[in-house]
Amino acid sequence: MEPTAPPRPLPALNDDNQAFWTGGSEGKLMIDRCGDCRAYVHPPTPFCPACESRNVAAEAVSGRGRITTFTINHKQWMPGLPVPYVLALVEIDEDPTVRIPTNIVGIAPEKVAIDMPVEVLFEQVEEVFVPLFRPVEG
Amino acid sequence: MAHYGEKKVAVTGVGMSDISRNATKTPMALTIDACMQAIEDAGLKRSDIDGLSSYPGADNNASGFSPIGAPQLQDALRLKVNWFSGGGEVPGQLGAVFNAIGAIAAGYCRHVLVFRTVYEASARKMSKQANALFDGGRAHGQLMNFAPYWAMTASVQQALYFQRFAHDYGLKPETTGRIAINNRRNASLNPAAIYRKPITLDDYFASEIIATPLRLFDCDVPCDGSVAVVLSHIDAARDCRNPILRVEAVGSAQKVRYSWDQISGEALARQATISSSAMMWERTDLKPSDVDIAQLYDGFTYHTAAWLSSAGFCKPGEENDFVGDGSRIALEGDLPINTGGGQLSLGRMHAYGQLHEAATQLWRRGGDRQVQKDLTVSINTTAGGPLSGCMMLVRE
Ligand SMILES: [Zn+2]
Repeated sequence: MEPTAPPRPLPALNDDNQAFWTGGSEGKLMIDRCGDCRAYVHPPTPFCPACESRNVAAEAVSGRGRITTFTINHKQWMPGLPVPYVLALVEIDEDPTVRIPTNIVGIAPEKVAIDMPVEVLFEQVEEVFVPLFRPVEG
Repeated sequence: MAHYGEKKVAVTGVGMSDISRNATKTPMALTIDACMQAIEDAGLKRSDIDGLSSYPGADNNASGFSPIGAPQLQDALRLKVNWFSGGGEVPGQLGAVFNAIGAIAAGYCRHVLVFRTVYEASARKMSKQANALFDGGRAHGQLMNFAPYWAMTASVQQALYFQRFAHDYGLKPETTGRIAINNRRNASLNPAAIYRKPITLDDYFASEIIATPLRLFDCDVPCDGSVAVVLSHIDAARDCRNPILRVEAVGSAQKVRYSWDQISGEALARQATISSSAMMWERTDLKPSDVDIAQLYDGFTYHTAAWLSSAGFCKPGEENDFVGDGSRIALEGDLPINTGGGQLSLGRMHAYGQLHEAATQLWRRGGDRQVQKDLTVSINTTAGGPLSGCMMLVRE
């Protein structure tokens, strides 16, 4: 019998990161943003490093971004892990310093490239909506 | 420059257990071998040791990443110390050395025993999933950002930086290949190394792709072993057995975001190597051209390439030309690198094998791999994740 793919390991949620990891339930990529100076803050943290405000809350962003860097993983690190797969860092269009680790899906791994435009989609595992990215259509 | 505290500190003794893929001794036995050897090498007794420092602290799990911590060793050797420290939240793997230097400069201690023990090779034989970063359950802390993407090993995460470095600076696989070949050649002359059969560029290109652009021969070797180093106040060091190896400068600065995923700009490719290197050079009158040998971190080959430019041996983007056909970084070259085989071939002793090697070369105990030219100045560097650190030794 073929081993089944292992479930994605999940993050421990708390009040700081809940919006980021569950925003996908409404199809939204939620990134913390300062209510005073409007700087983005990631990973979710109740402090704005730009203006020292504590008035930081998650807001939906466009869900679009670019691939900052990536790797095509070929090694099966655990039984059943589907390989190859692409691990990437994606920078969001609203702020290129906000980096989201992710898997790139919907494209042959060998066609993935740095700077490729991508958009978010979500995969639900338990109560977590894991942000994944795929190439922007057209 | 004399006011910098690290200049009051010297390496006085080193020790190394058997390094292997299949230890016949327990982690504690390996640690005792390394530590007792280092104490004896310095011409000291256990009762002279008044400080103890280790990286990254006992993890008390079955991963083999760090089976022995400072408390266990202190008790085993019945050391009576004024100060001790063990932990992983430090500027790179040499952080335990930087801590010890601080303790000596502050006057807490005169002779600090520093050690690093790993048992990863044996741990992986017992459990295929032995993982230093993740043991199942929900992911906490910074790891949570990577965990859902099956990125719980350093190789996959570091491949992201490797890719970006190659993209930004044009690093060629021939160059990382030459680094691997050089380390293996040095290991072939080092009886302590795990992998000693020389390799060619063809072997390098034929090695399995782990995570692009990372090949198997770009990766260091998980192993079982222990390394110990005695650091002493310079005044006390003059009464020790070996010629003085003074710490000339330390680079511990972390001025980029301490995050595996949020580092950006130049740091995405180079992590904190720029800020730690800058700090080291600010604390010495010496220049890169004064360095006789370099033990440049090689958790992955690209770390070594990045350090060539981060440490100032060449400009960013000139790594391919600097390494060339490998002759410049060979034992006979202008800048011999990773003279003992490095982590790629000796085994992943997390910078401590290379610190042992720096002292071995400066004391001219290198046997078949001894660099023949005069040796006075040596640097050691570390990397991995967003972290880095570096230090310089000068033989007086
Ligand atoms: Zn603000």
